Amino acid sequence: MKAKNQRLILALLGLVAVIGAGLLAVSGLKQEAAFFYAPGDVAANGLPLGKAVRLGGMVADKSIRHDADGVTIHFVVEDGKAQIPVTFKGIAPDLFKEKSGVVAEGEFQADGSFVASNLLAKHDERYMPPELKGKMHMTDSLKS
Amino acid sequence: MIAEFGLGLLWLAAGLAIIQSLLGILGLRQPDRPDLGDAVRPVAVAQAVLISIAFACLIYLFVVSDMSVRLVAANSHSDKPMLYKVSGAWGNHEGSMLLWVTVLAMAGAGIAIAERRVRRDTLIATLMAQGLLALGFYAFLLLSSNPFERLNPAPQDGQGLNPLLQDPGLAFHPPTLYFGYVGMSVAFSFAVGALITRDVGPAFARAMRPWVLGAWVMLTLGITAGSYWAYYELGWGGWWFWDPVENASLMPWLAATALLHSVTVLATRDALRAWTVMLAVVAFSMSMVGTFLVRSGVLTSVHAFAVDPQRGSFLLALMLIYIGGALTLFALRVGTVREGAVFEPVSREAALVLNNLFLTVILGVVLIGTLYPIVAQGFGQQVSIGPPYFNPAAGSVALMLVVVMAAGPLMRWRSDNVKTVLRRMAIPLALGVVALVLVRIAAPDIGVLPWLGLTVALLAAAGSVAPLWKRNLLRTPLFTWGMVISHLGVAVAMSGMAVDSAFYKERLVAVNEGDTTDVGPFAVTLVAVEPVIGPNWTALEATMVARRGDGQPFTLHPQARNYSTPPTDTSEAAITTHVDGQLYAVLGKQGQDGRWQLRLWWKPLVTFIWLGGAMIALGGALALVGRVWRERRSAKSAGASA
Repeated sequence: MKAKNQRLILALLGLVAVIGAGLLAVSGLKQEAAFFYAPGDVAANGLPLGKAVRLGGMVADKSIRHDADGVTIHFVVEDGKAQIPVTFKGIAPDLFKEKSGVVAEGEFQADGSFVASNLLAKHDERYMPPELKGKMHMTDSLKS
Repeated sequence: MIAEFGLGLLWLAAGLAIIQSLLGILGLRQPDRPDLGDAVRPVAVAQAVLISIAFACLIYLFVVSDMSVRLVAANSHSDKPMLYKVSGAWGNHEGSMLLWVTVLAMAGAGIAIAERRVRRDTLIATLMAQGLLALGFYAFLLLSSNPFERLNPAPQDGQGLNPLLQDPGLAFHPPTLYFGYVGMSVAFSFAVGALITRDVGPAFARAMRPWVLGAWVMLTLGITAGSYWAYYELGWGGWWFWDPVENASLMPWLAATALLHSVTVLATRDALRAWTVMLAVVAFSMSMVGTFLVRSGVLTSVHAFAVDPQRGSFLLALMLIYIGGALTLFALRVGTVREGAVFEPVSREAALVLNNLFLTVILGVVLIGTLYPIVAQGFGQQVSIGPPYFNPAAGSVALMLVVVMAAGPLMRWRSDNVKTVLRRMAIPLALGVVALVLVRIAAPDIGVLPWLGLTVALLAAAGSVAPLWKRNLLRTPLFTWGMVISHLGVAVAMSGMAVDSAFYKERLVAVNEGDTTDVGPFAVTLVAVEPVIGPNWTALEATMVARRGDGQPFTLHPQARNYSTPPTDTSEAAITTHVDGQLYAVLGKQGQDGRWQLRLWWKPLVTFIWLGGAMIALGGALALVGRVWRERRSAKSAGASA
């Protein structure tokens, strides 16, 4: 094989690898990107079923209930437009409380409720989930 | 006074970086004035000395807790243990950037003092590129991130360091990664230098190789340590979260791994010339992307110290200038890089090309998955990309990569034939097939990735040690040992990942004191929960007694900690290590009925993940020592015969 041809083949292989990575990524993103929803979005656009998503908003006042097993909790997430009941099994973060912001990772159920596998709350005074910051801001400006 | 002294040194070092770049350009332009080019070396050394003293000044300010310096007040506290006072110097935005540029300047000085293999003009061009790189970061520090800024009036005491970062392992995590990032910048400068002087060849590859190896070892250690830190500190029982910050260190590692292998082809076989230069540019670009992601504030995490749009734009501009400039130079000069030696489609070179291609695909997948949420956010769409995307996409390609890794070292350079390669691979392949069937029969319920992962890990473990077969082990060169240990480390880490994700056991319960819970082979009893007080925290500490079958009982003490400065709650998991895995316990909250939430994991072979990581790094270090040693010796014998 001539050196020139070999170089051409290598360049083409490199190109194929980059394009292959792009295609692989795009197909993965189509299926697996977890979009962020506020309760109002769901009320307006319907339930995104069968996909891992993030649900963010405020924990409604007096909505936290504990199951008898001691590790399952139920609460309601609201954004001023709609309310969604959420079930979570696990150790809630310390700053998870009523009338405070939360982002729940999990899946919507056919009955319109949400099962969370993970909860993100503000975990120190300086930190806030970035999604929440934008949404809270929006909600605030809508209220005023 | 010390702060002003440090700032003065910083300005002087920036001035020297300008002089270094200018001398480099003039020296290359006017070959009849050798004094100009010769002056570059001492200037590079002087720059490194000045900036090192400036960094020492910053550490001193942290050690004496000089609260009139804004950075110290914002990140330190007089009560903090000494180790964290010192590490506080780089546990923040400004200090870590100062560390970045200090390491960069020291690497430049290292080249100026020790490098004798490349042509003189290539060395000058390389140091010029280093000067220009450093200059950008000096500008960044001096114009938007001054670490020595004073605070008037000085506060009574500081605000403390984020408690999550108060951990001995983490004190050394950033410097390790920075050595890695900066090592990539040296490889990049060499590539730029060689492109400028049209000197891309084996000599340049040999000069670049130790830096790539060293940087790669540091990145490997940094990633392994970071993974273990996330595992025991975050209390979620996971060892890799595909967090953008983790990806920021993984991406340069993937590029460095590719570069490491192609630079070896260039050094020993004089093939893959343009390819290697391109990879050096990509590897450095990934280091810049990593620094940008972590330092610009586009991500909100423990790493993003301050959200300041000006800094983000500045870093983005720096990144675009350097990457864009390097790519332009590559496009202009790639035509002057002569074709290297040819090789057949079945040969070790070809296997290494395949390795590079797979690594490139993984890199592309991780890069797109990491940047997509940031770009989407720019268009007002909130999206997060997690394990469901990364695991199958990156994992499937990684499996193929590891198979190639097992076969590559068993192939001959330049040309080989399929039959003999298959014969040498017979035992590993047979083991792989047996594992494929046995795992399916023994554990029919596990996922496809862990199943194939176990199979490939076994195949790769056998393939990795095969190069030592029928060899005199005492006369085997050190760098061959390095390769074997690194490749074996990959197999070990992979088996740990596969076994843990396939066979872990998790229990989440609420129990009273005195209750016993089973997890995996263990019976765990909650004995008591009591308050305890540490140097700068208070905590609730559980005492648990665990027992495996009829074995010796042992105790675990997970804590729920509360730090006062800054006010933060953290969970300290209790972990006990056993021969075949780890028992991992987290203390949750107390319910209104008095029961305590406990989260327990039995994680079989999970320790193999970090053991494998350490083996990969050790192999790299052995290869580095072996290469340097051999070159020293051959240089000496060449000197004696001349």
